[in-house]
Amino acid sequence: MSELAIRLRGVVKRYGQISAVDGLDVSVPAGTCVGLLGPNGAGKSTTMRMLTGQSIADEGELEVLGFRMPDESKQARALLGVTPQLDNLDVTLTVEQNLLVFTYLYRVPRRERKEAIERSLELARLGDRRDTRVDRLSGGMRRRLLIARSLVHRPRLVLLDEPTVGLDPQIRQELWALIDRLRSEGTTILMSTHYIEEAQRLADTVLIMSHGKAVAAGPPAELVTEHAGDEVLEVYGGPSRLAEVEREAAARGLSTRRTGTSVAVLGAGSVDGFEGERRPANLEDVFVLLTGEEIG
Amino acid sequence: MAVVARQERLHRFERSALAGVLVREVVNFSSYWRSATFSSTVEPTIYLLAFGFGFGSLVAKVGGYDYVQFVGTGTVATAVLFSSAFPAMFGTFVKYQFQRTYDAILAAPVDTEELVTAEALWIATRAGVYGCVPMIVAMFFGLDPRWEMLVVPLVGWLAGFGWGCFGIMVAGFAKSIENFSYIVSAVLTPLFLVAGTFFPLNRLPRWAQVLGEANPLHHCVQLVRDSAFGMLGWIDLLRVGALVVFGLVIWRLGIFAMQRKLID
Repeated sequence: MSELAIRLRGVVKRYGQISAVDGLDVSVPAGTCVGLLGPNGAGKSTTMRMLTGQSIADEGELEVLGFRMPDESKQARALLGVTPQLDNLDVTLTVEQNLLVFTYLYRVPRRERKEAIERSLELARLGDRRDTRVDRLSGGMRRRLLIARSLVHRPRLVLLDEPTVGLDPQIRQELWALIDRLRSEGTTILMSTHYIEEAQRLADTVLIMSHGKAVAAGPPAELVTEHAGDEVLEVYGGPSRLAEVEREAAARGLSTRRTGTSVAVLGAGSVDGFEGERRPANLEDVFVLLTGEEIG
Repeated sequence: MAVVARQERLHRFERSALAGVLVREVVNFSSYWRSATFSSTVEPTIYLLAFGFGFGSLVAKVGGYDYVQFVGTGTVATAVLFSSAFPAMFGTFVKYQFQRTYDAILAAPVDTEELVTAEALWIATRAGVYGCVPMIVAMFFGLDPRWEMLVVPLVGWLAGFGWGCFGIMVAGFAKSIENFSYIVSAVLTPLFLVAGTFFPLNRLPRWAQVLGEANPLHHCVQLVRDSAFGMLGWIDLLRVGALVVFGLVIWRLGIFAMQRKLID
């Protein structure tokens, strides 16, 4: 049996009347990359905060790298790397100074500090920018530095909270390459995202969250087959036609989802009677099917 | 693959956690020391010159000392206050709310208690150094150097620790940065004016004198004056005790306030 880097059982976190996380179970086996996928407000960020002890669960059990949270959170944090959603670099310091500060915060032994900084600079490909102040870096460079900063102490487990949110596609690809490299080196990764392509490309296992619960978990391809079948039929038409297609599909026991301009009939591999375009099912179909079409 | 060999339990206060936060402050200080030094030294010096020469032309001596020297020693406490309570209030709020620095620090093996303590130690050290400036300026106006003056940076450090924790506590309880105006107008300004900096408290009504003894800034003023004029006595031990109690109580309150703010 492989060991779990993260283990959550029945975790509940309430803010007043609202349960941000509502009976969540998560298992992240060591050495894998798990994508936490869900719409805004599904509880992804709250879950991330509970894993660093910055948010205390009201109920349930949390273990990070074998340490019980929140009691042993400091031991866990020493072995954990965290890339926050919002950039919190020290902007008046240079690239190298930012990394230096974190070698102290993460207790890198004195004689290894220099090497740790060089390794992080190389990983973020910022070697030639080491003396540049952070407020003079581009958005992509800042993001790479933010990730590299969380790796100075060679963490066993890395938490990436929406690592590419708000970035250009080119920069996003750059970061994916960086994350993929980490993964290939055997670092365990938990990554929250609401970009489906990101989860599909990087995650070994995807966990789909909705309203604070896990609604599905598994390898992306298996989730697609299980919930959306092999093929999807996209039917275009006016609003009344789309409503009609939905009714007919429901009568035949088929799931549908709106895409905005069409109705996608899921699991339509062997179905006929509808005029439309066939395409392979994807994770987005599963995501919308399971998390609902409207976001409250 | 074994996940992790179980480490020995970490302690509540760890040197490496405090060092991490302090290193961050020291490295950052290298980028803003000019402005910090400017505001922390020029302001009390202006008070010293304005009051020392403005009032000094009307009042030659107070309590047996030249008025310039009286104010020069008194404004040490002002410099300590200005370089501790204010940077602590604004710095803490900015690092929490706008820069989100504390999110990054608390994701590392540093607890709120260690974070607040390290920040207060750093502010205290700055206050201890900056606090000496008015006294040094006063030396140019005839204040004689004495060995006892070496106590002054330590007094500044001790008072600066308390006021630094006070600033952190205020930032911890404040909902918005605008709330600081209440504290500045209703707490800091009165305490700053009625500390014995610009006029001795012993001519005030009895009740005002009693209140003055509850003002930590007043103890700081008296300790500095007693050192600078070579008048240290047993009562100064009580004043040190008062500053220690002030520092310890506000330190715990500061930790409590930040814990509430940072951990939900």
